[in-house]
Amino acid sequence: MGSSSSSRNKIPNAQELMDQTGFSSAHLLRLYDRFECLDRDNRGYLRQDTVDFSSFVRILAHFRPTDRNRNKEGTQQELPNSRTRKLKFAFQLYDLDRDGKISREELLQVLRAMLGLQVTEEQLQSIAERAIQEADLDKDDAISFDEFKKSLEKVDIDTKMSIGFLK
Amino acid sequence: LRSLGVFIRQAGTLLFICMILILLHGSRGEIPSKPIAATILPSVKPDGGVQAYPEDQKNNLPMFTMNYPRIQIPFEITLWVLLASFAKIGFHVYHKITIWVPESCLLISIGLIVGAIMHSVHEEPPAVLTSNVFFLYMLPLIVLDFVAVFMQVLWFAVVGTLWNSIGIGISLFAICQIPAFGVQDINLQENLLFSAIISAVDPVAVLNVFEDVSVNEQLYIVVFGECLFNDAVTVVLYNMFSFVAEMPVVEPVDVFIGVARFFIVGLGGMAFGILFGFVAAFTTRFTSKVREIEPLFVFMYSYLAYLVAELFAISSIMAIITCALTMKYYVEENVSQRSCTTIRHVIKMLASISETLIFFFLGVVTITTDHEWNWGYILFTLLFAFVWRGLGILVLTQIINPFRTIPFNMKDQFGLAYGGLRGAVSFALAFTLPDTIGRKQLFVTATIAVILFTVFLQGISIRPLIEFINVRRTNRNLETINVEIHGRLMEHTIAGIEDLCGQWSRFYWKDKFMKFNNRILRKILIRDSRAESSIVALYKKLELQNAMEILDTASGDISAAPSIVSLYEEKKSSSKPQKKFLAADLKNMHDILSKNMYKIRERTVAYRGKHALPNDNHTREILIRRHVSIRRSLRPGSFQSSYFSLPAGKSLESTFPAARRSYADDHETLSEVAYPSQRSRFGKPARSSSSKAMIPLRRLGTLEEVPSTDVLNEDSSSTEQGVFRTNSSYSDSHVPRPRRLNSSFDNNNGSADDLRNVHEEPSSPPPGWAAEPRDNTARNPLLRRPQWTPKRK
Repeated sequence: MGSSSSSRNKIPNAQELMDQTGFSSAHLLRLYDRFECLDRDNRGYLRQDTVDFSSFVRILAHFRPTDRNRNKEGTQQELPNSRTRKLKFAFQLYDLDRDGKISREELLQVLRAMLGLQVTEEQLQSIAERAIQEADLDKDDAISFDEFKKSLEKVDIDTKMSIGFLK
Repeated sequence: LRSLGVFIRQAGTLLFICMILILLHGSRGEIPSKPIAATILPSVKPDGGVQAYPEDQKNNLPMFTMNYPRIQIPFEITLWVLLASFAKIGFHVYHKITIWVPESCLLISIGLIVGAIMHSVHEEPPAVLTSNVFFLYMLPLIVLDFVAVFMQVLWFAVVGTLWNSIGIGISLFAICQIPAFGVQDINLQENLLFSAIISAVDPVAVLNVFEDVSVNEQLYIVVFGECLFNDAVTVVLYNMFSFVAEMPVVEPVDVFIGVARFFIVGLGGMAFGILFGFVAAFTTRFTSKVREIEPLFVFMYSYLAYLVAELFAISSIMAIITCALTMKYYVEENVSQRSCTTIRHVIKMLASISETLIFFFLGVVTITTDHEWNWGYILFTLLFAFVWRGLGILVLTQIINPFRTIPFNMKDQFGLAYGGLRGAVSFALAFTLPDTIGRKQLFVTATIAVILFTVFLQGISIRPLIEFINVRRTNRNLETINVEIHGRLMEHTIAGIEDLCGQWSRFYWKDKFMKFNNRILRKILIRDSRAESSIVALYKKLELQNAMEILDTASGDISAAPSIVSLYEEKKSSSKPQKKFLAADLKNMHDILSKNMYKIRERTVAYRGKHALPNDNHTREILIRRHVSIRRSLRPGSFQSSYFSLPAGKSLESTFPAARRSYADDHETLSEVAYPSQRSRFGKPARSSSSKAMIPLRRLGTLEEVPSTDVLNEDSSSTEQGVFRTNSSYSDSHVPRPRRLNSSFDNNNGSADDLRNVHEEPSSPPPGWAAEPRDNTARNPLLRRPQWTPKRK
């Protein structure tokens, strides 16, 4: 498409973004359109000036399906859609104070959000207790990132944390 | 409910008339060429001639007469239908059978028995299945039921069926060359024709089995969609080949024309379907005043699509499928909830009947026809059918797997291949083979043999086989708590991010189409078309009609919560125990999690079984949230502002995300709200104060513990019952009942206690809510679209 080169000029650091995230230029273009769509006031930022286009793209890059056929180069770990990075993304959804651990309180918060109001406090506490018991290997009453990873080792993260059309 | 009854009567009458026509048009092979409208009138009288009372003698007026021939035909039809339906009831009474033996097998067996009986009594079975009969009446009923299909499905259906029929045809032709089997007189065209007949996979039989085995949804959808579409392909091929088979000489030009015709037929069918779908959508845009006949429009238009397609000899099945799909998308937004329910109910009923009947007659006819048996041909047919299907699936999945996010593994492919049961379509097609084909009987016999073989053997054995090789099932196994929680979190995240990305697919044209759709089509075809998020639209609709039902509580069991609560107490007492979680506790936890976690918005309509209607989990969740926000809004202080979840003056958009976020923040409030309920439960509810304000509070008080105790209640095993006993009637029939809204307010003052005893039948809605709408319409944007009026039947 003839417009692609000119549109790419609209996007700052397009090449850099493409390298870092693995998106193709067509995808990047589409994301840019979408970003502009969401950004109604044309500020260049979403959500009260915290998310600009490159952050938008970087976050979404986590959700690309993993390329299975890539040979194991050193660069593979850096792509946002590697398994580790996806897990890290999920981990950070819990770990709001960014101390590298999911404390009981943080777990409870997420649980409360996900469960309906029919569940009583006692039940929530028990569930959280059990979750920590299962995952917490070094007995510090919190789940670190490695413990998190270990508890999910059998799960096909790629399926769960991927959006097909971002490939 | 009355309208539902009326409609069923209408539909029943329609079906009834159709059945009469069926029988009247004589023996097999005859093709009535007149259009239906012309034939309805003259044919209402039975063929036996009107038994006018003989005018010969002047007898005394007889007091008691019996005139059997007059009612004979409708009577017999009704009996047949009833008999088949009894058989169906019978299977389900003895539940264990249906686990091992698919329903279609049982129906065929009963049919065989009945046929044997009739044969021994030398009775003729009713000539029910002429070609056009099947095409015109029975087929669309089965097809209209299922409306969730994808592109890949087309791939399997079209290419797969082509592969199968050509493959089988050619190999059978090769076999025919061998003199030992004595079938040298069958030429290539006839072989191709026959193979087209037997390559049609039957949806009914397969889906029964798969659903019982609960395979993973991807597999299910593909199989189901394939069955659906390959009917269309088969019929097209059949028509083509039968035309060709009758021609003495085939020239290359004819082959070309054949291929072109194939495309015309298929695409033409789809075009007609879409056309009728649009017309239907447009019509329903204006039906807000005549809600009762909305279902009629849906049925009539789809049927019309079918018939018109038959008129032009293009693929009627494709027409009706695409019509149904189009209608589902647009019409569903225009019609009322009740009409939707009605439509679903009726379709299920009619589909069930026709399916039952078809298998039943298969059995009967098997016994009563003359068979021509040829060991070689038939055995090889069976072999090739099996082999080619397997090969076909293998090759096709290899080609398509790179395009799928979750590729099919070998086990899935085995399931696909083995699940290729033949059934009704093959049966009907075989019977309508033109008599000019020399070996017609052989073909018929072979078809029946293939059908019986696949349905019985494969049908019965597929279940243990699939369990044995452990095909990826729907994830109902018990994983660790962590996995369950984190997994659900991830799914929520994905759902959110997908929303963020918008409706965007990899396909450029699909994007363009969606834009076109939103901008133009929706404006024309939908009454109040704003592209709303599905949750908000649904929320609004349900809000007005069903808010009452939340507050009509069922009686709650005030039973003590089992072990989990005691666990907690134990924990409070000891400082930091290493908790031992018993297996029972774990199971409790899993149950709680699976029942209560917010479900992800489903993008595909999951098929929950033939005998169940689509589950409205989604809507129930919305009501749950509503319920929560009601409670919050009733905290002392915010009481005076409004009874509804929206604080006065705010718009829907700003409040709606607020509702979501607040769950995380308000955990103190939640516990505070949850606990007082325990106290109020034992307090005296009969305060009988006259202030309006108290009543909703009390009702909600009683409402609160219903869900919480129900959850802990072990008896409520399924989600449907567990959470919302109040909504049991709602979720079953989805029929809103805003009755008697203007009823006297004072009545309900005293009946607050009665609420505890109200079970399935929520009576009058609390007038607290009823009083509001009139005052608050200005303030509350939710009420600006009142689809809810007090005047409802």
